[in-house]
Amino acid sequence: MKGYLFHTDDDRREMLRSIGAESIDEIIDGQVPQALQMQRPLDLPPAADEMSLEAELRSLAAKNCSVASHICFMGAGAYDHFIPAVVDEMASRGEYYTSYTPYQAEVSQGNLQVMFEYETMVSQISGLDVSNASLYDGGSAATEAVLMALASVKKRHKVVTSDAVHPQYLEILRSYLVGIEAELVVVESDESGCSDPLIDAIDDETACVLIQHPNFFGRLEQVQKIADTAHEKGALVIQSFDPISVGLLKRPGDLGVDIAVAEGQSLGNPLAYGGPYLGIIACRKELMRRMPGRIAGQTIDRRGNRCWVLTLQTREQHIRREKATSNICSNQTLLALRATVYLSLLGPQGLKETAEHCVVKANLARDRFAASERFELVHSGPVFKEFLVRDREADVTGLMRRAAAEGVLAGVPVSDVAEGACGGRYDDCFLVAVTEKRTETELDRLMAVLDAAQVADSVHLAETV
Amino acid sequence: MSRDKSKLLYAETHEWVDVSDEGGQKIATIGISDFAIEQLNDLVYMDLPEVGKTFDSGEEFGEVESVKAVSPLYCPVAGEIVEVHADLPDNLDGLNDDPYDFGWVIKIKVSDDSGLASLMDYPTYQKQCAESA
Repeated sequence: MKGYLFHTDDDRREMLRSIGAESIDEIIDGQVPQALQMQRPLDLPPAADEMSLEAELRSLAAKNCSVASHICFMGAGAYDHFIPAVVDEMASRGEYYTSYTPYQAEVSQGNLQVMFEYETMVSQISGLDVSNASLYDGGSAATEAVLMALASVKKRHKVVTSDAVHPQYLEILRSYLVGIEAELVVVESDESGCSDPLIDAIDDETACVLIQHPNFFGRLEQVQKIADTAHEKGALVIQSFDPISVGLLKRPGDLGVDIAVAEGQSLGNPLAYGGPYLGIIACRKELMRRMPGRIAGQTIDRRGNRCWVLTLQTREQHIRREKATSNICSNQTLLALRATVYLSLLGPQGLKETAEHCVVKANLARDRFAASERFELVHSGPVFKEFLVRDREADVTGLMRRAAAEGVLAGVPVSDVAEGACGGRYDDCFLVAVTEKRTETELDRLMAVLDAAQVADSVHLAETV
Repeated sequence: MSRDKSKLLYAETHEWVDVSDEGGQKIATIGISDFAIEQLNDLVYMDLPEVGKTFDSGEEFGEVESVKAVSPLYCPVAGEIVEVHADLPDNLDGLNDDPYDFGWVIKIKVSDDSGLASLMDYPTYQKQCAESA
């Protein structure tokens, strides 16, 4: 192993001598009880040479399913959208790619400008006044928005949401709310897959309402109606939105929403095995001082030149201490840069066309499932780019596995998303996501593979009888 | 009318209180002392409560923010807010220049006198400031 360690035996002896110890074991024995020490070597194979190591890693990597090797109809919060080559080209520049805490105005003008441009675009796509420089991902952004609302609406502790919000987002929210004075009310969505029933749960004690539109099932919510009710009761409204969807749908700010959050992975960021992703958050001006995280602003320097700085830092924990909305003091600059480049390449027209492709293709796919014998659509009514399918045979996991073996990632079983997702009501269902990348041929392939899986099922049954 | 700061009452947390009698009802006008404003330096933002809200004595009713710090504002007496100096957050220079007249922050209908008894007179408050400076 010496080849991988930069301390020589001489270095170690020198360090031991200077602290007056005989050996490293002696130091550990003095600090860690014997009972807690592992009394055997680590169970590792012998060191490999570089050639065999590379061969082994390549063979492991070859087992991965990716959107490069498979046709991807998986979504549930992360989507296979097209990424123009320029995005990778820009993001791989060393100045951006290797920058660390790129906040010092004296040395980070380029990065700070990127953050400012990103915030500007987020304001434009959300229809809200202020954006921060980004958060970790869509789920934590939803939670940060709830914390922001709880801090802004004095003396109210109730958070009303529905099970049509992404189950993992709700899990994150539950984790964060532990130990905070807050009551979480998760209302069951109705049979059309919408959150209308939560309107009745909004009362005078409600601090905020969290909805997702398009929601976890791909369905459209009555955002304006929910927002109006919430505002009548003095509550704030948070919408988790799909940043691609605003190419067609009204923006959160146009629907009366106070805080908008989104998963920005769709905007030029690869699926990357589930992350890192990009948390988008934007709000109305009145809530600006409760905004979590870093905000880059534009100003002029002593000589009157345009420049960029972090601003409104009194919101943050290094100044506001325990009263800060959040303890995040970081952001996802590289992913925010990718989103900025992506949006700048598409422009409003490109975003609109991408959204149109999603809707048209998702509805084509929906029709195919509706016409099939084995499957049924769980909800009727419009969807954006994703929809929920029930497997009458209730073998969703097996079906997905067999489809993957045929080169098609056919969807995401609801029960895989989170334990007890939607109260188990959709355990025999899976979500199918259709982005602008999918073709009619790929859709044919999806249906053929699912049919073949069905055939395989009946063969399998015949064998067991 | 201009307030004489040596005739006002002061809280340990640097709010000044001017109590007046309006038709048998005690009204307390509350502001921030010149000492505190000087300490805060360069105010940029102020968050104020709404009329009609009630506060206990010692409860936080708002906050004032400078370039470098955020300070909570504490209610020196218990009562209901009857008036808020709504223009103040947009005129923080005025608060800087004239903390005792233009710079009043809220007016409270006093519901409980007991908070008043624990406030300091000007000489005592001056002494506190001298010790902390």
